[in-house]
Amino acid sequence: MLDDVFRDQWGRVLATLVGILGDIELAEDAAQEAFTLAAERWPRDGEPDNPTAWLIATARNRAIDRIRRDRTLARKTEQLGRELRDLPEETMDETAALPDERLELIFTCCHPALAPEAQVALTLRTLGGLSTEEVAAAFLVPFETMSKRLGRAKRKVREAGIPFAVPPAHLLPERLDAVLAVLYLVFNQGWGAGRVDLAAEAIRLGRVLAALMPDEPEALALLALMLINDSRREARHRGGALVLLDEQDRSAWDREQIAEGRGLVERATALGGTGPYVLQAAIAELHVTEPRDWRQIELLYRQLGRLTGSPVVEMNRAVAIAELEGPDAALAILDGLELDGYRYLHSTRADMLRRLGRDEEARSAYGRALELTDEGPERRFLLMRRAELPPPANR
Amino acid sequence: MKYALLAYSRGEESGESGPRSMHPGIAAVLERPNVTGYLRLEPPQSAGTVRSKNGTTLTTDGPFVESKEFLGGFILVEAESLDQALAVAAELQDLDLTAAIEVRPAFE
Repeated sequence: MLDDVFRDQWGRVLATLVGILGDIELAEDAAQEAFTLAAERWPRDGEPDNPTAWLIATARNRAIDRIRRDRTLARKTEQLGRELRDLPEETMDETAALPDERLELIFTCCHPALAPEAQVALTLRTLGGLSTEEVAAAFLVPFETMSKRLGRAKRKVREAGIPFAVPPAHLLPERLDAVLAVLYLVFNQGWGAGRVDLAAEAIRLGRVLAALMPDEPEALALLALMLINDSRREARHRGGALVLLDEQDRSAWDREQIAEGRGLVERATALGGTGPYVLQAAIAELHVTEPRDWRQIELLYRQLGRLTGSPVVEMNRAVAIAELEGPDAALAILDGLELDGYRYLHSTRADMLRRLGRDEEARSAYGRALELTDEGPERRFLLMRRAELPPPANR
Repeated sequence: MKYALLAYSRGEESGESGPRSMHPGIAAVLERPNVTGYLRLEPPQSAGTVRSKNGTTLTTDGPFVESKEFLGGFILVEAESLDQALAVAAELQDLDLTAAIEVRPAFE
């Protein structure tokens, strides 16, 4: 819908408008009009000196016009009139000095009173500048469904009085967790298939967050984690099948992204960060460093496991244990985990059993993993691995 | 904005012999200027319920909902945002007397 220049402006412009108008829907309509106007005029008249200021001023004027026209919103006009009197008669310079309020908007969109799927959709629409069609396509739901979901979310923000503000210090950790979870969810969704490039979108939003909270280790670490994982994107598949990290073509890794991620991990650690994203980013960084320091990786997984209590983390620790102490020790950990419905448990078990030469058990573990895996690169990988096992012995 | 804090009690505390006096922690919150009203409710066994059936109304004893948690009372709060109202609810919930507190904005 919008090209890249516009996409970069959208969140910034919209956030300021929400700040002025106090309503996401109103702000969105006004921003849409301003961007449409810009698409008409800029190619003809040239881009204004300060595009952001132009877009905000134009959208604001449109919104005021609209409110004046709309008699049903008479009360709002009165209220808005009061607020707008406080603002100077709009010149570009004064609009340009308006603060960046994207952080406020992120916290509004990721408010825990909104359902998680509404948080994600709203964040992508308002800050990412994705169209409703694009958000719908990204989550494989019909346009109508997404349109309703977004509408409901915006109404709830207004009707419930969800604040447009960065939470106070005592609420910040909990609320920041919600924001980080939304971005990471968007990122991981992006790894699934090549619909809308959600991984790139999550990184873009992660950059915004890291720039707005430069002293927040978890925000820096999330960006690092996404950059490092994404750097291996090209190398993750070959001939339609998944390629494990050890077998990936390292020349296909994005070195620049890894370096940027590494710098961010260092900064997050220097700031004293020990949260879950700092630990995950540090682990991701160790995984792309040769030779791999399995001792350190195991230690970090142990720390992460204590923090999260997650059996998935423990499963990953078992993989490190396999490198340090052998597949037997790893298997002992894996068999104690209650993760029967988790496909990676079974593919990891299968790999350990294969390495121990317990072919029949490996075969049935691959079978269990396959039952839980949909068509795609991962499934093709598992089928290949199972086919590589020696044929069953004659009974 | 106006918010209603709907305080849900735990089922096991629903006996008629429940405490009649108000917990001092709750009393302190209710005296605040942003609290505009409140009601404490008798337990659900004390209720009568009216429903529509085939075009007529039908009165029955007690609520029909079998629930471990029941509405124990509500508090009306004036707040600038949901977060402010949630903060009052969190303060009450921290007293560990309620199962949960639902915060609902009211029509203006």
